[in-house]
Amino acid sequence: MEMPKPDPRVLGLKSKLVARLRDVLPHDAVIDDEIQTRVYECDALTAYKCPPLCAVLPASTEEVSAVLKICHQEGVPVVPRGSGTSLAGGALPTADSVILGVARLNGVIETDYDNRFIKVQTGRTNLSVTGAVESDGFFYAPDPSSQLACAIAGNIAMNSGGAHCLKYGVTTNNLLGVKMVMMDGTIVDIGGAHMDAGGYDWLGLICGSEGQLGVVTEATLRILPKPEGARPVLIGYKSAEIAGACVSDIIKAGVLPVAIEYMDRKVLEVVERHAKAGYPDCEALLIVEVEGSPSEIDEQLGLIKQIAAKHDPVELREAKDAAEAGRIWLGRKSAFGAMGQINDYMCLDGTIPVSSLPHVLRRIGELSKEFGLEVGNVFHAGDGNMHPLILFDANKPGDLEICEEMGAEILKLCVEVGGCLTGEHGVGIEKRDLMNVQFAPEDLEVQMRVKDVFDPAWLLNPAKVFPLASSESRRVQVEAAA
Amino acid sequence: MIEPTTELELSEAVRDAVGPLSIRGGNTRGMAPAAGDPLSVARVSGISLYEPGALTIVAGAGTPLSEIEDALKQEGQMLPFEPMDHRPMLGTDGTPTIGGVVAANVSGPRRLRAGGCRDSLIGVRFVDGRGVALKNGGRVMKNVTGYDLVKLLSGSYGTLGVLSEVSFKLLPKHDATGVVSLHGLSLSDGVAAMAAALGSPYEVSGAAMTPGVDDGAGSVVRLRLEGFENSVAYRGAQLQGVLKKFGAADMAMGGEEDWRAVRDVDAFADKTCIWKIAIKASDVPQMLETGIWPNFGCDALLDWGGGLIWVGCDEAQLAAISDDPIEGAARLHAALQSYMQVVGGHATLVKGPVALKSRVPVFQPEATPLVGLATGLRAQFDPRGILNPGIMG
Repeated sequence: MEMPKPDPRVLGLKSKLVARLRDVLPHDAVIDDEIQTRVYECDALTAYKCPPLCAVLPASTEEVSAVLKICHQEGVPVVPRGSGTSLAGGALPTADSVILGVARLNGVIETDYDNRFIKVQTGRTNLSVTGAVESDGFFYAPDPSSQLACAIAGNIAMNSGGAHCLKYGVTTNNLLGVKMVMMDGTIVDIGGAHMDAGGYDWLGLICGSEGQLGVVTEATLRILPKPEGARPVLIGYKSAEIAGACVSDIIKAGVLPVAIEYMDRKVLEVVERHAKAGYPDCEALLIVEVEGSPSEIDEQLGLIKQIAAKHDPVELREAKDAAEAGRIWLGRKSAFGAMGQINDYMCLDGTIPVSSLPHVLRRIGELSKEFGLEVGNVFHAGDGNMHPLILFDANKPGDLEICEEMGAEILKLCVEVGGCLTGEHGVGIEKRDLMNVQFAPEDLEVQMRVKDVFDPAWLLNPAKVFPLASSESRRVQVEAAA
Repeated sequence: MIEPTTELELSEAVRDAVGPLSIRGGNTRGMAPAAGDPLSVARVSGISLYEPGALTIVAGAGTPLSEIEDALKQEGQMLPFEPMDHRPMLGTDGTPTIGGVVAANVSGPRRLRAGGCRDSLIGVRFVDGRGVALKNGGRVMKNVTGYDLVKLLSGSYGTLGVLSEVSFKLLPKHDATGVVSLHGLSLSDGVAAMAAALGSPYEVSGAAMTPGVDDGAGSVVRLRLEGFENSVAYRGAQLQGVLKKFGAADMAMGGEEDWRAVRDVDAFADKTCIWKIAIKASDVPQMLETGIWPNFGCDALLDWGGGLIWVGCDEAQLAAISDDPIEGAARLHAALQSYMQVVGGHATLVKGPVALKSRVPVFQPEATPLVGLATGLRAQFDPRGILNPGIMG
């Protein structure tokens, strides 16, 4: 993956910049030591690494503003960072950039159960948002797999999803307000505890903009009362086609499960060895979960089992109690870890229309043979958000490149059938150069014009999202002007 | 009237325009400015894709809303956000289009549970002020590929682009509806009762209140439940328990027509001026009882658990504020917008005489940095300033 060449002018600014940053931040909040900056050299896309010029850890919105003002004046690129769990390289630095980490901004500012919101600083982790309200019977719905570690700041930047989107939506559907610092240091408040925007939908635009429009320091999030209960059912099928047809029939029948998860044989085998969840021997496994009171759950699962039975399942198993429910989920929840134990893998997240599931899974199988790399599929079937895991050997020269090439083919396939490159991980650097597959040049141009309005000098996370060739004139013009 | 029938014709019409355009679909929502060449998208119409198994529909922006709702009904599905019909309130006629729903980000009572129009909207095609056809989003419900211009276009009232096609994610339509209602509560008790219901796990999908007079006489709080029939009955009974401290709540099945009336604000059909206010629900009692009612005789209806207030005045109420009704309405308008400035939220003038609309900021004024961003965006999307100029500041 290509990154822009670092600007020698900016590299030469390092000592002056660090001194200016230390004027506005506590000494330990500016990290310029070459060993310590390596902590920030990558995110969860570990194949790419580059230590930044320096890293800063502001502890207030005002400090964030002061940092950005200085970087703006000096013409230094800034890469915002939540917890660094991006799988797309969203927080990957360049050698001439300042990493702005929000980890010290982790407080709860306000909880309000009457109006059902929580206001937090954005360095707070996703799971600890729910942690702050669950003893009172509430939760924060978006639940990305990395929720133990990932920060709300990153969730907003990438518009993160999770397993329960089918019912509760993704980050953008649960975000009510933000405090954001613009690249020139201006602080703006957008939205609040009320619903809907008054003017343009700034929140909708900012959410998912990958840290390119501003740095969000505070967020007002919608919280929901916890459901009375939830129960999964496990359904095994002989083929992907049958499982896909079952998913479609469940949705058409008028039940809205809170999650429909899918695992293929490859994943099942690995998971079974690793977690011993007692999964059946089959080509395709569905876990369907519904919520409500015990009788409501019975009614919904009754309907789902009826539909599932029509498709002649290999196995149909309903959790009778919490322990059985836990076992059904155990394998799914440990799937990524289990796959990671046997191999290096690349995890894609293209989304496709649900009706194309069988076709896309078949093509992925064919690509796997063509490229000689194994693939496991585990994903959110209800919303078509695929997660093919391509297995490769990071120590074998050339394997990563083959894997990336195959990944690109899979993502092109997702776009071809009417889907998109990324459903919840974001573009970052990983899918940046594939944007031309999904968008015409003018579709990318209009998005870049939005960035022109928010960040005319293209200093915020500039080498992400857009193909480098497309954004070059904007980035280079800046260097010349600076 | 310019009436393109395809996106290509639409982009040519915008490209060849020599002056401001007044963009409309069915022109039922009072959005199209009086000045400018009328450009109707109504003939860019038709459902191009409907996959019930994927909960997805794609349609031309000019497609009548009723055509979409009929198609969904046949498959037992619905638009989750329950878009209101502005015709009864505004006294307009014509055929509401799906593009108009998106341009004004129109939602109804279910917004508080299922999100607004912008939350169900997953893709748009539109023509910018240069006449260039663009797309954003698509037909899948999880998509973070590039910036989300889908939401930006929703509620932009045609000022950033003319919509040609829109895509939505859908929900299965419930089998049964039930209503739990409370009568005679004061405004603050009514808001508290709605908060208690919405804070329960019983999935309330509508929470509306008609305030009464003199500490609640005649007030009604309605809480809606939707789903399978047994489940609605069960949750209704549970909800009655939750609400016990507010008095005995009634539970009845049905009531769809009442919710249509709530959605379309039927009760305000005879009002001269109507404002739509988005506010934190618990701020409502103080706003109305201390901030507004002591100084202005006006009526209010609450939806979204109090998160949405409709404020309305008829001729007599306006005359009581000032001898000059426009002056009276302008004073109330200023009071509502300054109150929102303080507590957070926004007040928009939805219905009023032209003389009023040209005198006051129809939309809640935004903070200076946001005004700068809005001006910048409009210059980028519509450099000639021809798309519905004069609205949204």
